[in-house]
Amino acid sequence: MSSVLSDIKKDYIISLLKNGKREDGRGLNDMRDLKIELGIANKAEGSCFVQIGDTKVIAGVKCETGAPFPDTPNQGVFTTNAELIPMASPDFEAGPPREDSIELARIVDRGIRESGAIDFQKLVIKEGELVRVLFVDIHIMDYNGNLFDAAGIAAIGALYNTKMPVLDEEGKKTEELMPLPMKKIPVPCTYAKIADSILYDPSMEEESVMDSRITATTEDNGRISAMQKGDVGSFKKEEILDIVRRSKVKGDEVRALLKEKFSEMR
Amino acid sequence: MEKDIKFFTNGKRIDGRAIDELRNIKIEVGVFKRADGSSYIEWGGNKIYCAVYGPREAYPRFLQKSDRAILKCRYNMASFAVEERKRPGPSRRGVEIGKVTQGALEPALLLENFPKCMVEVNIEVIQADAGTRCAGITAASVALANAGIPMKELVPACAAGKVEDKIVLDLCKEEDNYGQADLPLALLPRRNEFSLLQMDGDLTEEQLEEALDLGRKGCLQVYEIQKEALKKKYITEDVLNE
Repeated sequence: MSSVLSDIKKDYIISLLKNGKREDGRGLNDMRDLKIELGIANKAEGSCFVQIGDTKVIAGVKCETGAPFPDTPNQGVFTTNAELIPMASPDFEAGPPREDSIELARIVDRGIRESGAIDFQKLVIKEGELVRVLFVDIHIMDYNGNLFDAAGIAAIGALYNTKMPVLDEEGKKTEELMPLPMKKIPVPCTYAKIADSILYDPSMEEESVMDSRITATTEDNGRISAMQKGDVGSFKKEEILDIVRRSKVKGDEVRALLKEKFSEMR
Repeated sequence: MEKDIKFFTNGKRIDGRAIDELRNIKIEVGVFKRADGSSYIEWGGNKIYCAVYGPREAYPRFLQKSDRAILKCRYNMASFAVEERKRPGPSRRGVEIGKVTQGALEPALLLENFPKCMVEVNIEVIQADAGTRCAGITAASVALANAGIPMKELVPACAAGKVEDKIVLDLCKEEDNYGQADLPLALLPRRNEFSLLQMDGDLTEEQLEEALDLGRKGCLQVYEIQKEALKKKYITEDVLNE
């Protein structure tokens, strides 16, 4: 968006926010409509489609085997990758991953890894030699704001949806399938700061004028497993704590929908 | 490449189809908000999205043509679209398919209306199950129509092939992997000319003629499905607006 246009837009969005309003009529703490669909790509071991408003994201899990990292011989390997494909926005271009997509993948990765959502020790086949290698690949299909939450929810959804072959002692695939050793459901919640307002689930227009943002990932037990401040601006301590408090409540709402989908699956 | 597979039982193919029968095809129009035009196709086990952007100014500028728009086609497969994980990012196969897709679609478009511009077609394979290039071209043509790009006609595509010395329509995975020939085609129905033609395997001249005829019939069936999808999109919207 050109800078002239976004200045006008910014004035408009700020004047609305002064009255606690948003362009699309939501309250400051409201998420757009959230849709979650599991198992949408059956060549993947696990997959998930997430739609937040008009933002659409697909995540797929592939399981392979390989050597563990030398410093963690008793843990499986987990990799997250995100592609901002040109399909999703007129501003995305083909080519090597941009800063944005690397940041996106790393935020999602940390949220899942640091929460201990996956029991990595159960992914070991032969200690120090052979472990499961998990790839989570996230495809952004239609970009209309707040990729962080959409990607994070899609990733955890795809992991819970995963059915991988049981392996024998040599690491050979058997016919039997098993789920991943999942323990927790971390959910990222992203807040944008515009003027002095803090709003949940920023739309694309809000992202284009925001000063800054924070993504906070919370777990079932209310703990925080990852945070990331993004963009240029800054936050007061009270604002950060406020975001964390709000993230727990909103995270629980998203978790409830995820749990519902997981129970339908079984 | 041949393997001991029984391709026919009582005249039916591995997946129960007749020799000249297509797999199930479902097309949805206008599935994305950002894109100027978009579509989603399910063709057998293939699941493919397509988004079109443009016409807009072509870049880098040296690509601009003073008398017409350029058509860029990008074909990409999700890493989880196949059994063995595909490494993300461009592949030689993907680049080639993008190129032949462009060649298949361009003759149907009135690109001379937009000098110095480009039209971009993005094809994203989420689940692959033989015949992704034909499904991609079919979906792309519909997405181009959805984007309002002026065109002379839609471009349906479909493969013919040979298994156990029989010419069959729309190869499934096993037939594609272990069959004797694969002939992906795209048709310009009103001109009755082919705009995609690739072949690998082994065909006699007579078999090629038979395959081209069968492939053409398949394309014409696909053409009807494309038209239906577009009608469904616009007719319902018109009725709602009244």
